[in-house]
Amino acid sequence: MRLDPIAAPSLRRQIGLPALALLATIAVAMMLALIAGANPLATLGLIAKGAVGSKFAALETLNRATPLIFTGLAVAVAFRAKLWNIGAEAQLYAGAIVAVLLGTGALSAPMVLPVSALVAMLAGALVLLGPVMLKTRLGVDEVVTTLLLNFVMLLFVSYLLEGPMKDPAGMGWPKSAALIKEARLPRIVEGLRLHWGFALALISALLVWVIQTRTTLGFEMRAVGQNREAARFAGMPVNAVLVKTALLSGGLAALAGWSEVAGLKGHLSSDLSPGFGYTGIIVAMLALLHPLGVVATALFVAAIFVGSDSMSRAAGVPTYIADMLLATALLFMVLALMLTRYRVVWK
Amino acid sequence: MTDPRDVVMRLDRITKRFGALTAIDAISLTLRRGDVVALLGENGAGKTTLMNILFGHYVADDGRVEVFGQPLPPGNPRAALAAGVGMVHQHFTLADNLTVLDNIRLGTESLFARGTSHAAARARVERLSRDFGLAVHPDARVGSLTVGERQRVEILKALYRDARILILDEPTAVLTPQEAEALFATLRRAIAQGLSILFISHKLHEVMAIADRCVVLRHGKVVGEVATAETSGAELAAMMVGGEIALPEARPATAGAVLMRLDGVTTPDKGAAPGLKRVTLDLRAGEIVGLAGVSGNGQAALADLISGLIVPASGQITLGAPPARWSPREAIRQGIARIPEDRHKTGTIADFTLTENAVLEGYWQPGFSKAGLMDWRAAEGFAEGIIAAYDVRCPGPGARIRLLSGGNMQKLILGRVLEPGPKIILANQPVRGLDVGAIAYVQSRLIAARDGGAAVLLISEDLDEIMGLADVIHVMSEGRLSPGFPRGSKTAAELGLWMAGQGFDHAA
Repeated sequence: MRLDPIAAPSLRRQIGLPALALLATIAVAMMLALIAGANPLATLGLIAKGAVGSKFAALETLNRATPLIFTGLAVAVAFRAKLWNIGAEAQLYAGAIVAVLLGTGALSAPMVLPVSALVAMLAGALVLLGPVMLKTRLGVDEVVTTLLLNFVMLLFVSYLLEGPMKDPAGMGWPKSAALIKEARLPRIVEGLRLHWGFALALISALLVWVIQTRTTLGFEMRAVGQNREAARFAGMPVNAVLVKTALLSGGLAALAGWSEVAGLKGHLSSDLSPGFGYTGIIVAMLALLHPLGVVATALFVAAIFVGSDSMSRAAGVPTYIADMLLATALLFMVLALMLTRYRVVWK
Repeated sequence: MTDPRDVVMRLDRITKRFGALTAIDAISLTLRRGDVVALLGENGAGKTTLMNILFGHYVADDGRVEVFGQPLPPGNPRAALAAGVGMVHQHFTLADNLTVLDNIRLGTESLFARGTSHAAARARVERLSRDFGLAVHPDARVGSLTVGERQRVEILKALYRDARILILDEPTAVLTPQEAEALFATLRRAIAQGLSILFISHKLHEVMAIADRCVVLRHGKVVGEVATAETSGAELAAMMVGGEIALPEARPATAGAVLMRLDGVTTPDKGAAPGLKRVTLDLRAGEIVGLAGVSGNGQAALADLISGLIVPASGQITLGAPPARWSPREAIRQGIARIPEDRHKTGTIADFTLTENAVLEGYWQPGFSKAGLMDWRAAEGFAEGIIAAYDVRCPGPGARIRLLSGGNMQKLILGRVLEPGPKIILANQPVRGLDVGAIAYVQSRLIAARDGGAAVLLISEDLDEIMGLADVIHVMSEGRLSPGFPRGSKTAAELGLWMAGQGFDHAA
């Protein structure tokens, strides 16, 4: 078997293969349902209904998509520059910690929301800055450092919640005190359970897109990602670009944690994120690292999670089907993307 | 000579296309026992493509190869080896960390074979190296060998595998004239032992020296097949270039002020590649300085230094304006046009458009961006200007540059660096791998820039190119720079001695 590169893939190939990947994912989903002893079509229907079948369900999906858009953007920005940030989870918690630190009375309205958002971004950026400095100065692999920092950060959060940040009125539960009302993100429409974090995520996606396509920094980030040697030769400050990329990426990931605390939960607990940082990698990869695509894939991934939860209650198929679906979707999509650019020659 | 039993290899109407480009077109060729056939052609004529088909790296679209009367299955390097075809590539395929003996045995013995005889293999290598005059120590680590010795290992490797046909791809490109002479002695011994040799080159005098017959390729077609005894270098040259393109005639220039000076510059070695050793060099307005030398003797370090990629460990760079921290960006600011050696890896970004590549090093300048925002319309206008003025054949400024041929890619780079009107031009192997037309174009642009008052530094491994274009020639050997020799004051053989490292001890 050999792979022959295709110079200019046809539009049919570019659209057809990803569509095929989606169909294959659905086929696998139906097979899984069958194995679990449920009606495959009914299971799919229940997932769809659970995700977008009612106003409540749809809003739940949008809420779930919010942190995924942020972490997806964080990963997309970094990966575009071939900076392998696997640590969005840690940066997310850095943002969440700041939301609690500044949101429980340290600041008051109207300063509290904008200031805590900015400080949260700064905190997330700083968490990623360490690994990136190690990479640019000493050549330490950032995959290892960012990944391991996730566990360090999770333990640090546990320490905070058992110690200095523990809610005295929490009946012994490891959670922080609740945010004051002024530090909470208001709902977009009164009465609907959707907070301004979602709008902020959409605006962020748009901003990232503008940065990547319209600014010199975006041009540098893409050049550094595509061919570091050529970027260096052309006079681009490669290390400075990587640092700026890290600041943006870490800041975006921090907003995920900040908006979960300030918009949804109202306090910090160590189960704040069910792996949003890692799922962000899937979201970004499915979107081909395109910032606007991230919004679409984050919605898709959120719908599968929310829909599977609801389907599981109704049909008795375990919710793990959601994880398996995402994994197969990612595998098929990666395969489809490879096949758009290469022709397989058997011999 | 016409006995068909003597035929060891026959190529029959081989054709290979890459997209719209027909790289080689219905090439037929016959090689007999004891024959030395030279495949002659300019860069891009299709020589290397043909060899890669022969050796199974590419699959031909049409035609067939027969070795000793048996058809060779396409796309299978092992089949070529088994049939007795040995290839010595332009770029060696040796493992630096293994010994000569291990490199030769590598791939010839099964991983699971029991009790392979080390002693027998060793005896065989020693016998081969004696018989063919290939002096190299079997236990030496390949990484410690010179380029000439490494080539001997490659030839030994082929002989060890019982090759009856040797294919040598540009074997002298990395050798000094003296080393090349030793190689020819080996090849003559091989012929005497009944081997056949296919010798690929674009150097006429070598072809005249070693080959019996000569097959000339141009644009992928055989344009002539002649016995070397019945032809002349001039006739071959005319065949090669088709007489239609005259290489630019360099007129003696009148040198002006020194625009850039390196004063006793030393840079650290980079692995096996030597750094600069107290190099002093003047680049003057209106003068082409040619830098000759065998590849890997410090040219890369000099190019990196002038490009801004490395800084001197000691010594000084003097420019019109005193440089700030030396960097690629600073080199661009100082008006140095840099044509890199590797246009694919260093000069361009393959998946970027022509527009993006056109502003790759100038995007930060006021014309192309304001307050951090790109002005893509201006960038596209700049790219369109280059496409028109430098005759870049492409679908348009929005096309990805990976779709372009090497020549067109080089023209875009040329436009990118020459359009701003540079004072100093660094051209590192500017015509390597280009077709004749593109070569003439690039060279005439360099000459025009020189005539316009720019200082040009031309780095090339092709001595003919240097001697044809340069007003002053320096030779590099192991990081040292020879004095400058004015145009025509040294013969190729004399320069060859400098390339081999002689003369430096006496030089001031």
